[in-house]
Amino acid sequence: MIMEEITYNPITVETDPMIPAIYRVESFVNETADTFTITLSPSGKTDDDLAADEKQHNAEPGQFNMLYVFGMGEVPISISAGADETRLLTHTTRAVGAITKAMSALKVGDMVGVRGPFGSCWPVAEAKGKDVVLVAGGIGLAPLRPVILALLARRSDFGRVVILYGARTPKDIIFSEELKAWKKQPGIDLYVTVDRGTKAWRGSVGVVTRLIPQITFDPANTVAMLCGPEIMMHFTIDALQKRGLSGSKIYVSMERNMKCAVGLCGHCQFGQHFICKDGPVFTYERIAGLMRKPEI
Amino acid sequence: MKNLEQTLANHPFFYNFPEEYLQRIAGQAQILQYKEGDVLFNEGGKADKFYLVIRGKVVLETYAPGKGAIILQTVEDGEMLGWSWLVAPYKYRFGARVNSMTEMIVINGEELRRQCENDPRLGYELMKRMVHAITFRLEQTRLLMMDVYANRANKK
Repeated sequence: MIMEEITYNPITVETDPMIPAIYRVESFVNETADTFTITLSPSGKTDDDLAADEKQHNAEPGQFNMLYVFGMGEVPISISAGADETRLLTHTTRAVGAITKAMSALKVGDMVGVRGPFGSCWPVAEAKGKDVVLVAGGIGLAPLRPVILALLARRSDFGRVVILYGARTPKDIIFSEELKAWKKQPGIDLYVTVDRGTKAWRGSVGVVTRLIPQITFDPANTVAMLCGPEIMMHFTIDALQKRGLSGSKIYVSMERNMKCAVGLCGHCQFGQHFICKDGPVFTYERIAGLMRKPEI
Repeated sequence: MKNLEQTLANHPFFYNFPEEYLQRIAGQAQILQYKEGDVLFNEGGKADKFYLVIRGKVVLETYAPGKGAIILQTVEDGEMLGWSWLVAPYKYRFGARVNSMTEMIVINGEELRRQCENDPRLGYELMKRMVHAITFRLEQTRLLMMDVYANRANKK
């Protein structure tokens, strides 16, 4: 029998989406008291590992990964920066449950499992030539960060770029240094508001939706992308529609309890959709009948 | 006066407001500049002015013993400030302090109220806009009360 040596092209190898690749924690940064950003590098050297990493390198803004804290379990975490030439994965999340709390205790050099990237993405290509309005609330700025970085990288491809960000208090603002840098960029209208001001806070106080009547964009030629608590997105959609923006041009990132991430387990079912597979990014038009329904 | 009328017409609060009334309102209005730290009114003070922010930032605040000043919200470009001039007993419910250089249209609230009493059409036009602004403010307040960004893991 002649054994043929087969060389796999990592790009074409189909990886099993249920098997995590092993990544090493390269950095850990506290954004706020309960929110942190970790960067990860691939540690496996097998063809499967290389293929998995190649998929990560091609992840689109808005997609998410399942991060596995060994011994604790998996959680879906949005990608908060595209993989650059350093090929590091960047995720920002908040310690809210057992797994994310365990994740918040990770140290540089620890290992985690990564499956992904999964889900739909923000319409960055569709936004070319149009005004772009981004509205983020709380930790919702993290999934929109890759969009902001993409817009800044090709600023001349887009019309007006308006970023609205609402946080609970000044100390809950994530990416605060980057926000300052983005605000200084020419052609970026960036507004930050907090729900609860402090004596030291010199900025806006009030909910993020109140900023929408103040901003300038062409409703006939605008794409809006929203990420934050569902109730905040609901009021934001209402305010954008009052400004004349169509539901087909408003994109929202939905959140449900995702488990398998491939549309099999049904944990994240949202009406006829699975958030993990059909979402998390949807046009509002597509899910308008499902939002704000208590039974869904 | 023409300039003032135009400035009124350009303010979102008076969008598409009947011109005849704009002319009248302009007669009791002025454009004023305020600097950081200026106090527009204090809680409990006589409410005799209606403010429309052209540009800048005003802090609406109250005071709680032991806590000091509590910032309720900021009022900014294109927004209105103060409806107590329209509601008995015509006293400001909260205080207002300028947060950064601010340009505003300041309208004599007592005179405007008198004109609304005498001309129900003007009163109704104005009331529709006030209700719209108050509804928007109420929605925002309800959203704030929901504390949507709170970390539920920390809630008892």
